[in-house]
Amino acid sequence: MSTSSVSKGCFVFKPSAKKKKTSLGLEDYFSQGCEGDESSEARFRLCHDLWDKIKADTEVLQDELNRKILDSLLDFTRKCSSTRQHSDWASQMRASEIPTAALVLGVNVPDHDMTFQSLSDLLQQSVTPHVVSVQAKECGALKHLMKRVLEKLMNTVVAVDDDEEEEAEQTSTPHHKSTHCSLSTLCDWYNSKTKKAHTPGKKRSSPAKDEQQQPPVVIIFKDLEAFNPRVLQDFILICSRYIERVPLMFIFGIATSPSTIQHMLPHSVSSLLCIELFQSLSCTQHLATVIDKMILTHHFPFKLNGKVMQVLISIFLYHDFSVRNFIKGVQLALLEHFHSQPLSVLCCKKKQALLNVTQLSQSDLEKIRQLPSFRSYVETQESEEQVNLLKNDTHLKEVCTKLLKDLHKYHKNYYPVLRCLHTLTSSLPRYPLGKQIRELHLICLEKNVWENEDYQSAMKLLKMLAKDELITSLQRCIEILQPVKSKRMRNACVQLEDLLTKLKQLDTAPIETVPSVEESITSPLKNLQKKTNLFQLQKTLLEMNESRRAKKLSPFEILRNEAIEFIDSLVKSHLSPPECQTLNEVCYYGSSGSVRRHLNATPRTSIQAALSSPYYFLQNDSLKSEDGTVSNAAPDICIAYKLHLECGRLINLYDWLEAYSIVVSAAEGVDPESDSYGKVDEVKHARFIRAVSELEFLGFIKSTKQKTDHVARLTWGGC
Amino acid sequence: MTALLQHPGYEEEKLQRVADQIPCREVQAGTLLSLMGQPEQCSFPSIFIYGHRATGKSHVMNVLLKELELPHATVSCVECVSVALLFEQVLLSFFGGDSASQLPRSPSLSDFVRIYRQQCSQSAAKQTRYIVMEKAELLRDTDANLLPALLRLRELVEDNVSVILLSEIVWDKFRPNTGCFEPILLHFPDYSKGELHQVLSQDRHPSYSAEFYSSYINILLGVFYSVCRDLRELRHLAALNFSKFCEPLEEGKAKESDTHKLWKNIEPHLKKAMQTVYLREVSSLQWEQMQEMEEQETKTMRGLSAHTHVELPYYSKFLLIAAYLASYNPARTDKRFFVKHHGKIRKTNFLKKNEKTSNHLLGPKPFALDRLLAIFYSVVDSRVAPTASIFSQISSLVTLQLLSQVSHDDQLDAPKYKCAVSMDFICAISRTVNFDIVKYLYDFL
Repeated sequence: MSTSSVSKGCFVFKPSAKKKKTSLGLEDYFSQGCEGDESSEARFRLCHDLWDKIKADTEVLQDELNRKILDSLLDFTRKCSSTRQHSDWASQMRASEIPTAALVLGVNVPDHDMTFQSLSDLLQQSVTPHVVSVQAKECGALKHLMKRVLEKLMNTVVAVDDDEEEEAEQTSTPHHKSTHCSLSTLCDWYNSKTKKAHTPGKKRSSPAKDEQQQPPVVIIFKDLEAFNPRVLQDFILICSRYIERVPLMFIFGIATSPSTIQHMLPHSVSSLLCIELFQSLSCTQHLATVIDKMILTHHFPFKLNGKVMQVLISIFLYHDFSVRNFIKGVQLALLEHFHSQPLSVLCCKKKQALLNVTQLSQSDLEKIRQLPSFRSYVETQESEEQVNLLKNDTHLKEVCTKLLKDLHKYHKNYYPVLRCLHTLTSSLPRYPLGKQIRELHLICLEKNVWENEDYQSAMKLLKMLAKDELITSLQRCIEILQPVKSKRMRNACVQLEDLLTKLKQLDTAPIETVPSVEESITSPLKNLQKKTNLFQLQKTLLEMNESRRAKKLSPFEILRNEAIEFIDSLVKSHLSPPECQTLNEVCYYGSSGSVRRHLNATPRTSIQAALSSPYYFLQNDSLKSEDGTVSNAAPDICIAYKLHLECGRLINLYDWLEAYSIVVSAAEGVDPESDSYGKVDEVKHARFIRAVSELEFLGFIKSTKQKTDHVARLTWGGC
Repeated sequence: MTALLQHPGYEEEKLQRVADQIPCREVQAGTLLSLMGQPEQCSFPSIFIYGHRATGKSHVMNVLLKELELPHATVSCVECVSVALLFEQVLLSFFGGDSASQLPRSPSLSDFVRIYRQQCSQSAAKQTRYIVMEKAELLRDTDANLLPALLRLRELVEDNVSVILLSEIVWDKFRPNTGCFEPILLHFPDYSKGELHQVLSQDRHPSYSAEFYSSYINILLGVFYSVCRDLRELRHLAALNFSKFCEPLEEGKAKESDTHKLWKNIEPHLKKAMQTVYLREVSSLQWEQMQEMEEQETKTMRGLSAHTHVELPYYSKFLLIAAYLASYNPARTDKRFFVKHHGKIRKTNFLKKNEKTSNHLLGPKPFALDRLLAIFYSVVDSRVAPTASIFSQISSLVTLQLLSQVSHDDQLDAPKYKCAVSMDFICAISRTVNFDIVKYLYDFL
């Protein structure tokens, strides 16, 4: 590039508009490096649709979950703005206090954005147009906070209804905005605003309108903890000076506990507020609902296998408590699945999937034949059929259709049965199969649940259930099974209802065996008190156990056993892990390692891996080495790193340099006998210095004042 | 009493109105008036008024200036984040909007003086102008020349202007070390019990007689005067409990004169309110709801400080525990607690002279990130990969104010932290993860 300038200097060249690359669409990104190019378009569409649906559903879910607390907040704002206009004694005495809602949201800060967004939307729709939300990072000082509040309030309103009058006002205000950013400006603005609204309102003069004449100005502090207390105190002090002129209102978003307000604000400030507390749903409940609605349903064809679920849930429980991140994790898995699995073209609604089967290409069919689940399916078939499956494409397509149908059926039955089992076991003492349904789901995903020890103990406990408990849980099972549109589930439902009616009829039937049972229990107990010998005691206890087992079961017990056996049979037929299902790879995403790598990155470990085995990243054969040693042809920084691992907390720079130059000369093939072997020349010196400063930049060492010519190590452990 | 407020320069009637609005402050108002002199007379250039919170400083000043219709500008120093705002507000209220717009973008004191003089020559003052500065203690944090200049503003602008500073701090703490013009000092003493009674009785409920309200205030003061003399807090309490006090009247169980009966009724409620004095645990609205709900024996409402439980992710809990241990244990003792075969080291071997006092009395000590992580890895029972989210949890603990960063934000290598949670809090946290923290604390060995 040349300029017409005579002087030297830096010049900015803006790229001309034509030269700009046409930006790639989402789809192009998707198909780049995608496995099985031909179907990538279809897969992208499927993935996109599915994600849109998941996203929309979660948003609806979130709104529902927040509805209660948002409604109460809205009520609070309405009440506050209406009491201001009443002039009874109590509200007059309270007039100088700023109404404040303390909204406790829990530590999952990333999720709060959505809540605040819907809160401010709702407020704007139904209570007041003047809503502004601020967060701590944009308000380091009082003047920034003030500026932010004024700007947002005045701008949004101007932007929302573009009246001509507003625009005229806007042209006159910029001067004010830049010069004094104080609340008195806001007062003037507010008065002009309400007056304008007032004049047309007078004609109608309905009482409801009058109440809305002075809509409150709501200021939302999204993250109270992060605010500088000083700034907040000053702001509240200023606001309280204007409370008579502008109906201000605060909403504090609190992540920890409401007592933070008392920690942050001294009495002189907090006495200016009239604080009311609102507690939101805990994030674990929130997650439970999301899992319940998004994961444990057959409506979404895309599934996560046990390991991926485990990774996502443990990130949630151990690290961030954030539902939003959980959903992001699901999104990542979804993308990866559709991106890397060519057969994911079949992962869609049943109808579409059956259609897609008929359009499978030759290579796709080959891929189906290679699927492990399909191979094991083939092995179970007879030899003729085996050949047919492996050779005949049309036959394979037919079989695939059948298998896909089976898979859909499996999902349809799996979730209701899972819920039934959960309702039964979640009331047991010490929760042998987990308190939450997600735990049970994880167990079922892993292996046959009925082989689990906990399952057996749960069944034993269930066989001891009292009558009313059994009836209520069976009732709930029926409620779960009823809406399911599947033949087998309907059958199961009928059978359960049958059992239930029998159980209920027991009440009316005469009771015969009760006295004898009691007798048989009490008699050995009487004997027991006489004996003191341990051996004897054990013997009698065993006998008692035996006799109890042997004794005749009451009709209730028979029915109870029948019911439990029935549930057991349901579990055994429907809750087999998805790995046993043929073609499960189509729907299930199982690469937990990649999810973990993406969501829970370990930067330190990968830097160390790069430094200690450069072959891993560079893929250069000369760097290959065995048992953790670094070849001397490795990059300088790797050699320096390796050498520094051998040192203690303080490293002598000169020794380090010597060692380095010996290693490097060996790499250069200098004869060990010659004089120049291991000698430090200028080039080596420079290379060494660069390696050391790179290590310092990466945070492995730092300069120290304790000893001259030494650097301090910042990491522990050696070779 | 009105005899106290007399001044030849003002009408009787106006003075009477002033006196009505400022009960128990007639003496101070009288002094002020005599300092201010008649509207046309030159007043003293600067007056410094100090007294505790809620002793009526701003109120008296505002009432005087408003009722006597004197030209004045009232500025709160909290609001003036920059001197520009201060200048602007003063000019705006003295000379109108045009003058304020003449100020340059970031005006200096001399700009202000220049424009003031310019405007002043156009509209010369017939009466003394007053500038009232509330919360004047904040002036000490602004430019060093501002306070001395304000004190002798009259000489600078050559106008009949008087600056009145209001503060809760005595003048001695203001005096700049370069010296300055000494303002006239005026002290507003605290209200006595009788005066409080008189002031509080002013805001009576319109539907009850003045005597009735006054007797209520009497009871209230009898209970609270020993613990709280803040007028604002007392007023808040009076408003809170009055509806309860009136209850028997409304139910027809007592008459206004049945003082004993009313006292019996209100006493337990006042006792309860006593526990939360100054805390503003619940809003006044919620308090009323609480009182109503009490009759149904449902105690779902709790104050702010009752909610101290915080749910945290699993590793955050351990990070917090590690931070607590690092803050309250001396670094030397880490070996004793976290190395498996440390041998038998008794506490006495560790004791240094100055460490005989409990670390918990001394408060948390700063610790480096390395130490926090080292303790974390030995405390947490499973193997944890040093993932990015572990580190981000540390910083989110800082934003939640459970940890506080001691070193500067910019310091990237070896940042230092302090644990900012209480013993009770950490005990509750460690109980949820089955970790016996007391066993690891040096103070409780």
